[in-house]
Amino acid sequence: MPSAPNSFRTGPDERGHFGIFGGRYVAETLMPLILELEKAYNDAKADPSFQNELDYLLEHYAGRPSPLYFAKRLTEKLGGAKIYFKRDELNHTGSHKINNVLGQVLMAKRMGKTRVIAETGAGQHGVATATACALFDIPCVVFMGAVDVERQAPNVVRMNMLGAEVRAVTAGSATLKDAMNEALRDWVATCENTFYCIGTVAGPHPYPAMVRDFQCVIGNETRVQMMKAEGRLPDTLVACIGGGSNAMGLFHPFLDDKGVRLVGVEAGGKGVETGEHAASLTGGRPGVLHGNRTYLLQDEEGQITEAHSISAGLDYPGIGPEHSWLKEMGRIEYVSATDAEALAAFQMLCKLEGIIPALEPAHALGHVIKLAPTLPKDNLLVMNLCGRGDKDVFAVAERLGMKI
Amino acid sequence: MSRIAKRFARLKADKRAGLVTYVTAGDPNLDVSYQILKGLPAAGADLIELGMPFTDPMADGPSIQLAGQRALKAGITVDATFDMVRRFRKETGDNDTPILLMGYYNLVYQRGPERFCKDAAAAGVDGFILVDLPPEEADELKPYAVAAGIDTVLLTAPTTDDERLPAVLKYSSGFVYFVSVLGITGTSSATEEAVRTHVERIKRHTELPIGVGFGIRTPDQAAAIARHADAAVVGSAIVERVKAGLDDHGKAKPDLVPGVFAYIKALADGVRGVRKA
Repeated sequence: MPSAPNSFRTGPDERGHFGIFGGRYVAETLMPLILELEKAYNDAKADPSFQNELDYLLEHYAGRPSPLYFAKRLTEKLGGAKIYFKRDELNHTGSHKINNVLGQVLMAKRMGKTRVIAETGAGQHGVATATACALFDIPCVVFMGAVDVERQAPNVVRMNMLGAEVRAVTAGSATLKDAMNEALRDWVATCENTFYCIGTVAGPHPYPAMVRDFQCVIGNETRVQMMKAEGRLPDTLVACIGGGSNAMGLFHPFLDDKGVRLVGVEAGGKGVETGEHAASLTGGRPGVLHGNRTYLLQDEEGQITEAHSISAGLDYPGIGPEHSWLKEMGRIEYVSATDAEALAAFQMLCKLEGIIPALEPAHALGHVIKLAPTLPKDNLLVMNLCGRGDKDVFAVAERLGMKI
Repeated sequence: MSRIAKRFARLKADKRAGLVTYVTAGDPNLDVSYQILKGLPAAGADLIELGMPFTDPMADGPSIQLAGQRALKAGITVDATFDMVRRFRKETGDNDTPILLMGYYNLVYQRGPERFCKDAAAAGVDGFILVDLPPEEADELKPYAVAAGIDTVLLTAPTTDDERLPAVLKYSSGFVYFVSVLGITGTSSATEEAVRTHVERIKRHTELPIGVGFGIRTPDQAAAIARHADAAVVGSAIVERVKAGLDDHGKAKPDLVPGVFAYIKALADGVRGVRKA
C-alpha cells in the first residue's frame, strides 16, 4: 500500500490522476474539448462571480443549506450511535444531484455551449439536468437505459414535462453504463456546441474533481451544522455509492480529520457472493472505462460485466476514481448492503421517521442499521439522505406485493 | 523497417494509395471470421485492421457495436484474436500485409501492457489503434510497444488543432489515422474538400503516411480519399456486409464471405484507380 500523503484533499495531479486512478482515456476527438473544459473550470474557480452566482442558486433555487436532522426515533430503535441525517432529499428536484448540475450548467453557459446532454440511471441526475436547463433555457437531451426508463417511469415523465428529450438506450444491459456510452457517442459528434453534464464523480478529468467540488457543499454544511448542534465534528459518516458523488461530497471535507470514520456503502444486489451485485470496490478490480481508470466489475479479459441492483442509481459497474484511490489508501471503508437490506431499511425509515427515502440512500441506511448498534451512544453518526423515494414507491410496492 | 512502413513505401513506389480494411475479430463466428481475414489481401486490402470486441465500445456506431456483440457471443477472446493472426501468418505465408489490432485500452491493460505487446508481436501483429488511449495516457503503453516492435497509430480528429498535433505525433508511428468526421464510426462522411484541407495540414507536421477513415462506404468515396491521403480506411460498411450475409438465425449464408470480398474488391478498384504523383 502506498504511504499516506500529508493531505488526502490535494488530488488529482495536473494530469487528472489520483494515484494510478483517474486520467483521461477518451477518443482524440474529445480530448481538446476536455482540455478546454479543464481550463474553463480553472478560470471559473478563480472567478468570484461564478461562485456567487452558484451560491445564490443553491440557496434560493435549490433550497440549501439542507437540514442536519437528528433522527431520534431511529436512534432509540437501534440503540447505539446518535444518528443524524443530512437531508439532501429536501433539495429542489429531490436529491443531491442539483448541487452539481447547477454548477455544470453555469459552466455550459460560461463556455457558450448551446446544448446540454446527460446520462441518468435512477433519473435523479436527468431530472436535475432537465430542471437547470429549463431554468437557463438550454435544450437538453438525457440518455437513459431502457430498463431504467421502465423502472423509474415517474422521473421520465418529470424530465419530459421539464422540456427535456429522454432517449431510451437499448444497447448492452440498457442501464446506466450504456446510457453513459450513448452520451459519449452523442458528445463526440456534437462536441462543438454541446456540454456533457456528467452526474457523478467519474468520467475523464476534470469531471471527477469538478463534480466533487460542486458536491462538497454537502460536507461543508455538515461540518458547520454539527459544530452548531453538538459543538464538535461527527465521528462517523455513512453514504451510499454508485458512482460516488453524494459520498464524495459528504466525505471530502472530512478526509483530513483523522478522527472521522468514513464508510461508503455499495449496492450488494442479491449478495456480493452471488456475483449479482454492483459493488465495484468489493468485487471488482482496476480497469479503464468511460474515460478513467478505476475499480470495475469485469471478467478475466477486461470485458465489463453487468451490475445488478434494485436501485437504478447504483446499478453501475464502476465507481469514481478518487474512491478507488481512497480505498487503496485505506482512508475510507467500503462495505455493501443487499437489495433486501435496502428494502427493509426503506420500510423502517417510512414508519419510524415519516421519511420515504430513495432506494439509493436506503442502502446506506441498510448499513447504518447494522453499524449503529455496535457504536457507543455518544458516537455522532451522519448519514447522507441523498434522495427522496417518490420515484421508487411503485417499484417498491410491486416488490413488496402491495396492491396499487 | 516495420511491415507498416514497408507497405507504405511499396504503395508510394507503386504510385497509389492503400486500402485499409477493418473487420471485427470473431464476427460472425471464429471460423468465418478467419476465412474473411485470410482472404482480405487477395480481395484488395493493403493493410488489415482487426477489431478486438469490447462490451462498451464508446466510439463505435451501431454496425460495429453489433459486430462486437456477435463476436463476443461467439466466444472471441484476446488469445483467440492472437491465434487468428498467428494462423494467418502461418497458413497464408503472407509476411507482408500489416495487421493492426483496433480496440479499447482495457483489454490491453488487463493483460498488462508489456505482456500484451509481447504476445501481439509474437502472433504477428504490427500495430495498435487504441481508441481511448490519447497521447495524455499513451506513456503507459508506448515503451512496451517500441520494445516489441509494434507501431502505435494514434487518432487525430478535426478537433486536433495545430497546437495539439505535435503531442499526438510524438506517440504516432506507422501511420497517422485521421478521423475525418466528428462522431462515431459508420455515420456521416466528410467532404473531399474538408479531407484535403486536414490532410495537407497534418502533412505540414509529419512525414508519416496518413490514413483517413470514418464514413467511407462507396468506391467513389474511397477514391476521393485516395486522391488526398495515403490510405482510405473502411470499417462499418464492411462489417455491414458481414451482417447482410447472415440468415434470420444469425448463421452465415454461403454467400457471406464472397459478398464481403466482392465489396472490398470494388473499394480496392476505387482506390487503385487513383494515380498518385
